[in-house]
Amino acid sequence: MNLEKVIFGFFIVLAATLNFGFFIGDIDEPTHHDVYMLFATIVVNLVATVLKLGDRTQIGAIHLSTSLVADLQLAMAAVVWGLAVHVQQTGFTPATAISVVSLSGGALLANIVSVVLLIAETVVLRR
Amino acid sequence: MQSSLFLVLRRIRAPLILLIVIYAVSITGLVFIPGADGEGNPIRMDFLHAFYFISYTATTIGFGEIPYAFTPAQRLWVTFCIYLTVIGWSYAFVKVLALVQDRWFLHAIEVQRFKNQVKRLTEPFYLICGYGETGSMLCRAFDSLGRRFVVLDRDEYRIAELDLADYRADTPALVADAKSPESLVLAGLKHPRCTAVLALTNDDRTNLAIATAGRLLRPDLPLICRAENPQIAADMRLFDAANVIEPFDKIGEYLALAIRSPGSYQLLQWLTGIPGTTLGEQTEPPSGRWVVCGDGYFAGSIARKLRERGLEVGIIEKPGPGRPNESLPLAPSPPTAGLSGLLQPSELERSVGLVAGTDDDSFNLSIVATARKLNPALFFVLRQNLRANQMLFEAHESDISVVSQEIVVHECLAHLTTPLLSRFLQIIKSRDDAWADATVHKLRSKVTRQVPLLWTVDLSPSGAPACGDFCRRADEELRLDHLLRDPGNRESYLPCVALLVARRDRDIEMPGPELRLGSTDRLLFAGTPDAKARQSLTLANVNVLDYVYLGRDVPRGWIWGKLFSSPKAHRSR
Repeated sequence: MNLEKVIFGFFIVLAATLNFGFFIGDIDEPTHHDVYMLFATIVVNLVATVLKLGDRTQIGAIHLSTSLVADLQLAMAAVVWGLAVHVQQTGFTPATAISVVSLSGGALLANIVSVVLLIAETVVLRR
Repeated sequence: MQSSLFLVLRRIRAPLILLIVIYAVSITGLVFIPGADGEGNPIRMDFLHAFYFISYTATTIGFGEIPYAFTPAQRLWVTFCIYLTVIGWSYAFVKVLALVQDRWFLHAIEVQRFKNQVKRLTEPFYLICGYGETGSMLCRAFDSLGRRFVVLDRDEYRIAELDLADYRADTPALVADAKSPESLVLAGLKHPRCTAVLALTNDDRTNLAIATAGRLLRPDLPLICRAENPQIAADMRLFDAANVIEPFDKIGEYLALAIRSPGSYQLLQWLTGIPGTTLGEQTEPPSGRWVVCGDGYFAGSIARKLRERGLEVGIIEKPGPGRPNESLPLAPSPPTAGLSGLLQPSELERSVGLVAGTDDDSFNLSIVATARKLNPALFFVLRQNLRANQMLFEAHESDISVVSQEIVVHECLAHLTTPLLSRFLQIIKSRDDAWADATVHKLRSKVTRQVPLLWTVDLSPSGAPACGDFCRRADEELRLDHLLRDPGNRESYLPCVALLVARRDRDIEMPGPELRLGSTDRLLFAGTPDAKARQSLTLANVNVLDYVYLGRDVPRGWIWGKLFSSPKAHRSR
């Protein structure tokens, strides 16, 4: 067992699960989507991205790119949320919730790809 | 940039993760700790403001407490955050700084830059391995000829020297062991514009390794290798097309030539001289018994060449370790007390000349000084090892002083820049003294006393487009005379001399002006740079060639051709 692999797998799966937790619920129901969950998802995703830096293999490159996609989507979600609540002062309305949740849905897809890659890598190596 | 980028990314992983964690903890704390607005109503800080606050606090910008003044609980947490984030930032900053100064990181960047520089070369270039005395002299010569080159050397001080050398063109150079094929490939061995590989390190085995790699990876490339050990030189010759330069062998050969035919030696020295130097006085080493004072391969090579000429040779070996090694300029001087014992008066009195050829310059000079006392009539040949000692050798009156590095440089230049020159030099060696004297006289009267510029003219359609057109017209014949005339005024001649005409079946040395030329001929000229430039006009432009040939401007346009074409009307200017 390799500690590095444990941490790596932990963060990738955690990023996906947190993302899923935020995403699940009615898309236009603000109470189903918690701001702390989004924050935690962003932080864990960033950590996962940094963990993937510097891997020269092909699969490492795909890992990194999926993570970057997820980061981008989540950052957009946070920005949309911030704009709606603080700049336009409209509050967290169902319309805003729809945009934020769809963006996080995209990130979830990227995170799922990441998890699939992780599983594929493990299966191929068989160690 | 790829590999160094990955190195950077891997090294900054830890500081980045630390920063993310610190930010996450600080922001979470700020969001959860209750605050108060201006009227004292409890509020919670939102993520936007928390992130904004932590961002400017962590980077020590410090805009103050927003959006409302903090409560004591918040201040307690922020105090903690300030220390945490500043430490996190400093750690990341120091890590990145350390990385930038890391030796291996810098080396990785250096290699990458070198690789890109080599890859981007669009002109033909030479791959030079070894930037010692020989290499730097050769680079200087190539640079003045406008050739590009890539340099490999194991010693980083030499590469640093190259950076300071201030060449006209940007020269990619790398500290690397040329023995490894990988560094050779990195330096462009497989590059399509690489035109030759020169193995000039002072280690014969390294040169052999370079030759092997060059021959196997790029069989089409010309190879030039330097070798002092005759056995390794023989190994190198097993690769066909490898030009092996044995400097000691050459010195012996030249000395033997000088003894047999001083004029030929003078001509040879002149033609292979470094551009800008003047024709030296004719030296006439005497024929008789010679003493060679040297060590290792030097003495053996010289003695063998002199003996081939039928001369009697005595060898005096230098005491101590005899392996020639020019990389140690401060080799321990041998005890001078042993010198007088080494040079026996009886032996010197019987001899006519002495070669002082050890690998230690001060030792060579003292040998000559001692020997001159014993027999002032001796002819002295002095070997100079280091260019730094040039002044000493100029002050010392020796009859011939030889620098083995210079010989290697001349050979390389002759092989690469004027391939016909080596053929002409072979001819010089086979001809007698009177012929050589006549040639020297002709060159001196037509050109200058300076070392002439040598150039090759290829009369093929691609080499000389005008001559290609010209030779196709059956009724006109091109003679050497036309190439020697000044394209500005055909009554006068260019300051240049044709030394050799190389044909498929034979070579003609010192051709006369009436020689007919064909489109397969290659010519070797000696002259001034100006003559070369003017001659190239004749070769490239068929109108100029017509003028030189006919003595008038031939109308080239269709209308002028129709109106004024009368081939019989010669109008001499």
